[in-house]
Order: sequence, then structure tokens, then C-alpha cells
Amino acid sequence: MALTREQIASIATLARLDLTADEVPLYQEGLSRILEFVGALERADTADVTPMAHPLPGLTQRLRPDEVTEGDGHERYQQNAPRTAAGLYLVPKVIE
Amino acid sequence: MSEWETVIGLEIHAQLATRSKIFSGSATAYGAPPNTQADLVDLGYPGVLPVLNGEAVRMVVKLGLAIDARIAPLSVFARKNYFYPDLPKGYQISQYELPVVARGTLEIVLEDGTVKRIGITRAHLEEDAGKSLHEGLPGVTGIDLNRAGTPLVEIVSEPDMRSAKEAVAYMKKMHTLVRYLEICDGNMQEGSFRCDANVSVRPRGAQKFGTRAEIKNLNSFRFVERAINFEVARQVELLESGRAVVQETRLYDPDKGETRSMRSKEEANDYRYFPDPDLLPLKVDAALIESVRATLPELPDQKAARFASQYGLSAYDAGVLTASRELAAYYEEAVRAAPEDPKLAANWVMGDLAAALNKEGLEVGAAKISAPRLGELLRRMHDGTISGKIAKEVFELMWSQGSSADAVIAAQGLRQITDSDAIARVIDEVMAKNPAQLADYRAGKDKLFGFFVGQVMKATGGKANPAQLNELLRKKLPG
Amino acid sequence: MRTLTQLADGLRRRSFSSVELVGALLARIEKSQPALNAFISVAAAEALEAARAADRTLAAGGGGPLTGVPIAHKDIFCTAGMRTTCGSRMLDNFVSPYDATVVARLKRAGALLLAKTNMDEFAMGSSNENSFYGPVRNPWNPQMVPGGSSGGSAAAVAARLVPGATGTDTGGSIRQPAALCGITGMKPTYGRVSRYGMIAFASSLDQGGTLTASAADAALMLREMAGFDPRDSTSVDAPVPDYVAAIEEPITGLRIGLLAEFFDKGLDAENERCVREALRVLEGLGARVSQVSLPNLPMSVPVYYVVAPAEASSNLARYDGVRFGHRCENPRDLTDMYRRSRGEGFGAEVKRRIMTGTYVLSAGYYDAYYLKAQRVRALINADFVRAFQSVDVLIGPTTPTPAFPIGAKTADPITMYLNDIYTIGANLAGLPAISVPCGFAAGLPVGLQIVGPHFSEARVLAAAHAFQRTTDWHTRVPVGYA
Ligand SMILES: [Mg+2]
Ligand SMILES: [Zn+2]
Repeated sequence: MALTREQIASIATLARLDLTADEVPLYQEGLSRILEFVGALERADTADVTPMAHPLPGLTQRLRPDEVTEGDGHERYQQNAPRTAAGLYLVPKVIE
Repeated sequence: MSEWETVIGLEIHAQLATRSKIFSGSATAYGAPPNTQADLVDLGYPGVLPVLNGEAVRMVVKLGLAIDARIAPLSVFARKNYFYPDLPKGYQISQYELPVVARGTLEIVLEDGTVKRIGITRAHLEEDAGKSLHEGLPGVTGIDLNRAGTPLVEIVSEPDMRSAKEAVAYMKKMHTLVRYLEICDGNMQEGSFRCDANVSVRPRGAQKFGTRAEIKNLNSFRFVERAINFEVARQVELLESGRAVVQETRLYDPDKGETRSMRSKEEANDYRYFPDPDLLPLKVDAALIESVRATLPELPDQKAARFASQYGLSAYDAGVLTASRELAAYYEEAVRAAPEDPKLAANWVMGDLAAALNKEGLEVGAAKISAPRLGELLRRMHDGTISGKIAKEVFELMWSQGSSADAVIAAQGLRQITDSDAIARVIDEVMAKNPAQLADYRAGKDKLFGFFVGQVMKATGGKANPAQLNELLRKKLPG
Repeated sequence: MRTLTQLADGLRRRSFSSVELVGALLARIEKSQPALNAFISVAAAEALEAARAADRTLAAGGGGPLTGVPIAHKDIFCTAGMRTTCGSRMLDNFVSPYDATVVARLKRAGALLLAKTNMDEFAMGSSNENSFYGPVRNPWNPQMVPGGSSGGSAAAVAARLVPGATGTDTGGSIRQPAALCGITGMKPTYGRVSRYGMIAFASSLDQGGTLTASAADAALMLREMAGFDPRDSTSVDAPVPDYVAAIEEPITGLRIGLLAEFFDKGLDAENERCVREALRVLEGLGARVSQVSLPNLPMSVPVYYVVAPAEASSNLARYDGVRFGHRCENPRDLTDMYRRSRGEGFGAEVKRRIMTGTYVLSAGYYDAYYLKAQRVRALINADFVRAFQSVDVLIGPTTPTPAFPIGAKTADPITMYLNDIYTIGANLAGLPAISVPCGFAAGLPVGLQIVGPHFSEARVLAAAHAFQRTTDWHTRVPVGYA
């Protein structure tokens, strides 16, 4: 199936990716090719097959004891942050 | 009567009272300086992974047992994907298709005293987001991720409520329950207990639900009531003027007392839920359930029923006294100190004590009169040391001075006069001072009996034993 | 040039010092870098400092199994205090505040971190042409790709710049470059090696492993890397066997299943010849070969290109320019900041996969793509389970062709994706698999792949080791790198 320019634009919006005007047709073509390729899955008979989300079936979640093991590391962690002030991460104004 | 029927469902978010976060070892304490309780997992750093806090699981199972729900033997964590600066990973770990708790019920008492069962669709575990701060930051928003990763239970009700009052009653009941279970501190100012309300209206008698609006993040009972009432009026007005209700998310503005659209936040939302590959299916087996069941306290409804039968209280009084575990414990402790009259104890706890707490904005745990001391006061009434009227005076002094009932009574000389001769002497004086009233009484003006009671009480500073006084007056006045 | 095992041994005997070894390797790295571009960062000063400490430890008679041995980590593993880029502009200036569990374990075993290797951006690629830091070249022929995404690790080990390197394998990213560079690449069972600190691409498929000159070296390195990690919920709490001891187990009677689906029309004739020759060698060692069919296996590539992008689209949402990573200049508003930071920070292939993943998870398409793919994944897994009822290991080629020229497959994503056609199955089912050199086609190395059931690393390594004891393909070194 071929994706339209509008579909590419809306996927890019959902994924918060800025695409230039000349990138759009490239992704249009690439994604359409990929979707056509993975469309082969449609032919597989999967009636009554339980989807497999993990490669080790049967394992279940381990539970951690409720203990505080981590202290304050914000000064170190914020060295990687593009913009901070007074311990806060700063972003352009959020309008609610 | 309105021809519109309101339909309400609530999604309550309660923060679970664990020490550490749901997927990390950071502390959950409230009020720490920004980002000092956000570790690499909470920050969504590259490469880090979530590990589930077992205590959060036990707490949600506890809730499930208390609302008589089904506990899923296997439930699944899913990612809810959306971009927001207070959501560090770009997704919230939640539960979607397979929640840990489903199909519970909670009973509420309506104003007319009837009991209504509210269905609970599901309760699932998820992580909280951080906070966006705007104040004092011109042109920018500051992000504090201390709250990010705090464990939440999201409790989703059926659309079973038919008025704002019912919604509040349900929310209060759930609030009581989570605090009974000690799985949430219930602190609404700090956001530990908050709700989203799904509100719609439909013509009375209609089967189909109307289009609903979701009012986000209500953090007080009053706001819930006002926001719903505003929203119902707004929707009715739209429908009556031939317009349609739009399905959307709305925000309640407590200053203006109105709800407004939050479409900005909704823009192109498609959460793309899928099972979180970093977490395995959560198994809750019979052994875990039984070990949690063993820790279940007496639940509010059970306690209220016991209070009614054990202490001879009305259903209403029993309900009030069991509204919190602390209040119920206070009451029972007072009764233990003064077992003769549990009904009197109930009146005092719900009356003078509640009023004093209310006046100073205190929780029962901070009451300035301890339960054993209130019991002592009750005993002094019961054994005739003081009258009920004097008791009120004593109560106030006990509260302000922090002293015991006996100390106040002794210091203020409030002990009741039970010496018949002493009372008789005062009666004689009063009779001598009021010859005209005495004559009228003897001529058949029975109403003047009260006048003499009043005069004697006045003369004794209210301390004369009322029963003895009545008896003596009845003997002496006729001459 | 000696192997990892030999170097560890030589250091322990004090035949040479760690400082000497590190110095020699740093010189080789410096010389090779313009030609191969195998590294993103080299920690020369830190490695020499650590080597001095290791020499002191060894002189005092102490040390662990790898004390003083320099290794390289794929730049997907977080290394404390050191830049960790994941091959992306997005993380160009990212300094990790912590060590990945794999990094910490190898350090604990005594290994020194010499350098971080180049890779396809966020491990998305099969040719190492998708790195922000430029393509890696194949030491056997610099016009050719080294394979990907652990291409830097493969090229570095093939050129004997380091005796061993870590890699990650989501759809073949250890085995495929190992095959194309003529070295040994081991991907363990899912859950065997901690993923903590290994920057996620597709969480249900990613697994860390080794790139070394031999299976014996892989056994040594994996033994030190593997094991339960409480910080990774998908890590398996099971004891790690001593792989070094286990590989000496003879393979007499080993039941080998020849994977019928791998000998398809896409398989290069020379690759097929090498693999069939290798099978005869294994039969000569007492293994019994039978034909095995996994009918759903051909669907593994389409399954992978739904599941991996879906998980990636979510895993890469954290790169939003708020807490770390690239942020665009002068954002107009929040949305602009997100879109331009991500638009600029990610390369074309990463964006293509994020978009694919976003699409297959979106409303209306989830069932048709994502859920369907996870169902077919279950069918493929069931094929493997069935196969392992009658054979001990499955064998086939690692790749359909030898290394291809840089730029040859970049035009069409599907052509590139089909490079992983023989390796993806093991990721979908979480199986351990190894690629070992088994010959040359037109002067380029060819890989033989051995796949075992869950947690059969010891047996897989033993088969590879037995093969390497009677062949010398793994000892061949590209011209100019001896
Ligand atoms: Mg909700
Ligand atoms: Zn929620």
C-alpha cells in the first residue's frame, strides 16, 4: 500500500520528527516499500496463535523489595541537560 | 424536575504509599528540592531499565481484595506513548488490556439513606509523571521529575453515578478505603488522591449514553462537585440550544468555577499502547493473594456494622465514626475508658470534639484531648460529678489547657453539689427572697417551678445536681 | 598477534606488561583509524593509567581472569565519565554518568577499556553506513562494508586492533559483521547478558555479546559478561556455566540440523560451498547431520521489520532534547523543539524506522501489523522448539553473500534488510547463536552459523571450538594487519 504525503506528515507529527519538504517523498517511498514487504505477514495463518511479546515464554516479572537505594544525583545528571536552572530542566513555555 | 439525566464515571488516581518508586530505587517523599529524587530510571536515561516494586503490587492486590474484585493471575504492563516534558521516556508505563484488578464494587450511602453499589471496572498499576512549573519562570517552563515514577493505582469506575453528590460520595468512600488499607496517604493537596470525571447527560429514560467530556485532575471533593455541576449545566445548555457536546478533555478552573477545553493537549493523540518489552507479565499467585489477605484490616463497612450492633449506634452515627480509621480508633478508645454509655461517647466525638478539631483544622490524631481523657470526662458526667452543661465548660478548658477533666473540675470548683442539705439551704434562701413568686406558685401557677430551678442554679453556679434539686423543690415549694 | 586467551595468559605469566600491550595497540589503532574508522572514541590516557594499575596488581600476584587485557566496547554500552554516542548526532555530547552492567563486569574481571567502537546509529543497520561518524571499512577490502551494526567492533577485532570487543545483536548485528570480517561473533540467549546500560533499540530482541578472534576467546569473554542482573527485569536468574571449561567437550554424536530454509535462491554459490565444506568437517568430528525444515522462518524478516521498529519508535521517544542529547537552536515553542531536535539529531534510517514503528502501532493498524507480527513470531518460535526436539544445534550460513561494496545497497531499504535473513530468526526466538569463519569467497570471509536452544551457549561454543581446532580460517588476518 502506498502512503500519501498527508499520512507521512501525520506520522511525523505523532513521532515529533521535523521533515523537510524534499524528505517527505523519500519517506513516502521508503515506508510504502516496507509496508508492502511486511504485508506478506497477512498470508500467515495465525488463527488461535497467542502473540509472542517476549522471547522467553513462561517467565514472569521479578519483584523488587521496596527500598530506597538511590540518592540525589541531579547535579551530575544535569551536566548532560541542554538547559537547566535552580535544579529544573527548562523547556519552552508549556501552554495548557 | 429536570428532563436530563446525568451520567458520571470517575477515574481515581491514588499514589501508593511505598517508600521507593514503582520502577526505581528513588525515594517518594513529598516536597524535596527539584529533581533530587529522580534517578537515572526516573529520568529515562539511555540504557536504563525498570524493575517492579513488589510492595506496589501487594498494595493494589489489597485494594482488589477490599473491593471484592478479580485479581488477574497474569497481568501485563503496557506503554502509553505520548510526548510531554514531564514524561521523561516519552511513554508512561501503565496497564492496558490486562489490568491486575478488575470487576469490583464499592457501596455508597445516598442522602436518603439508601445504599447504592458502584461498579469498579478495573484498577491498574502505573507510574506518575513529573511536574511542570511556570511561576517565576518568564517564557519557559521548569520540569521537576521528583514525582515521576511514583506508583499510582488508577481506579476506573463504571458510569454508575447520577449526580455530582453521588460522585463525591463515591470518591469520599474510596478515599476512606485507601487510607484504611494504608495504601495511600490520601493527601489531596499534595496530589496523592485525585480524579478525572467523565461526565455526560442524556434525556431521562434514554438507554444510550450521551457524548462525554473528561474533566482532568480534580484534587478536592468540592472541586469535583462544582466541576461536575458546571459541566452538566454546560452540556444541557448546549443540547437544549440544539448544539452538540464534543468529546474532549476539559480542565476545571477553580478560580472561575468553570471547565474549559484542553484541546491543545489532545492534539493528534494516539497513544499506541503495546506491551512493555522491558517488563515481563506480572504473576499474582494464590500464595501472594493469601499473604496480602492476612494483612487486611477491618474494612469501613464491616467496622460500621460492628459499631452499630456493639455500641447501639444508628447507621448514620456508625458511618460518621468509621469515616477514618483514626476517628474510629479514637472513639473506641474513649469508649474503653468510659464503657457505661457508648451513645454519649458518640455524641461527644461527633459533636464537641469534631467541632473543636474543625475549628483549628486538625486531624483527630492531633486532638488536644486524648481519647482516654475524653473518656474520663464522660465518666464524670456519668457518675454525677458534673452535669452535661458543666461538661462543655470542662471540655473547653481541657482543650485549651491540656489538662485532665478531674484537674479542671477541681481547679475551677466545678464539682456538682450533691449534698441534699446544702441544696435545701439554697432553696430556703431563694424561697425567702421571692415571696410573691412563691405565693403565685402555691396559688396554682405550676409554670413557676422552672423559675425556682433557674434561681437555685444561678445561686450555685450551675453546680446543683439537677435530679436532687428537682426532688427537693417538689417537696418544699408546696409548703 | 595473539588471541585474547593468550594475552590474558601472557599477562598473568608476566611475559609482557599491560602497559606494553596497551601502548602497542594504541599505536595500531592510531595507524588504522584513517583507513577503517572503526572507533568513535579512544581512551588512551585512561587505558594506560588502568594498565599501570593492572601491572601493579599482577606484580603483586593478584588479578582476575582478564586483568590487564585491553578490550573495546561498542559505543552503545554506557561507560561512566566517557562519551557514549550510539553512533548518533543525538548523543554526540552525551557523557554517561554510569557503567552498563556488561562494562562493569568486564572491568571487574580486570579488562581495560581501550576504545569505543563505531556502529550504525542506534544499532540500526547492516552495513555500518548509518553512523553519524562515517562508515566503517572492512579490513579485508576497504571498498567493502564490514557489516553492521557492530561493524566497528568486527573491523577492530579482524584488524587485530583489540583482542576482543563487545557488540549487540538485535537482528544479526554481531553475527553478520563477524561473518563479513572473518571473526567469531557470539550472541547469547536473550536474558543471559544484562541489557542494563546497553542503549535500547528493540528491547525484546537486543542482546549483548562478543566479537573475538576465536570461540575460545568468546567463551572467556562471555563467561565474565554473562549472568543475572537485578537491574534488568528480563535478565534470567540462572547460573553461568564455565564456558572456558565447557568448550573442550567433544562433539561426537552431536546432532546437527541443516536448515533447509537457509539454502535458498538468495544464497551465494561460494558461500554455500564454504558452509557445506564446513559441515563435512563437523561430520568428520563425529557430528551427525540431518536436514531440518522451519517452514515459518522465511517470514522472520517481515516480522522483524514490524516488531523492531515498533519497539524502537517507543524506545527512542526519550530523545526529546530535555534532559540530555541534542537540542535544536532557538526553538519557537515546545513542539518545534521536539520536532527539530529529533529531526536534526536522528539520521535518515533511524527516522525511517521510528516512522515505520509509529505507523504499525497507531490506531487502526496495531492489529494488522504489530499483533499479527507477534503471532507469526510465535509460529517461528514454535518451529525452533520443534526442531530442537530432534537436533542439538541448527547450522547454516550466517549471511547470503560476503561483504558488499559501500553504497551498493543504500538505495532500497528492503535489499539492505534482507542481509539479515539468516540471523533474525534467533533473535525472534531468543536463541544463542554464533558465527565462525569457514572460508573465503573471492577473497572475502564467509561465516558459518550455529544456533542452539535457549541457554545452550556451552554446546554452541563447543561446536564452534571443535571446528576451529581442526580448521584455521579464524587465524587468517587481513593483509597489512598481521
Ligand atoms: Mg486514564
Ligand atoms: Zn492513569
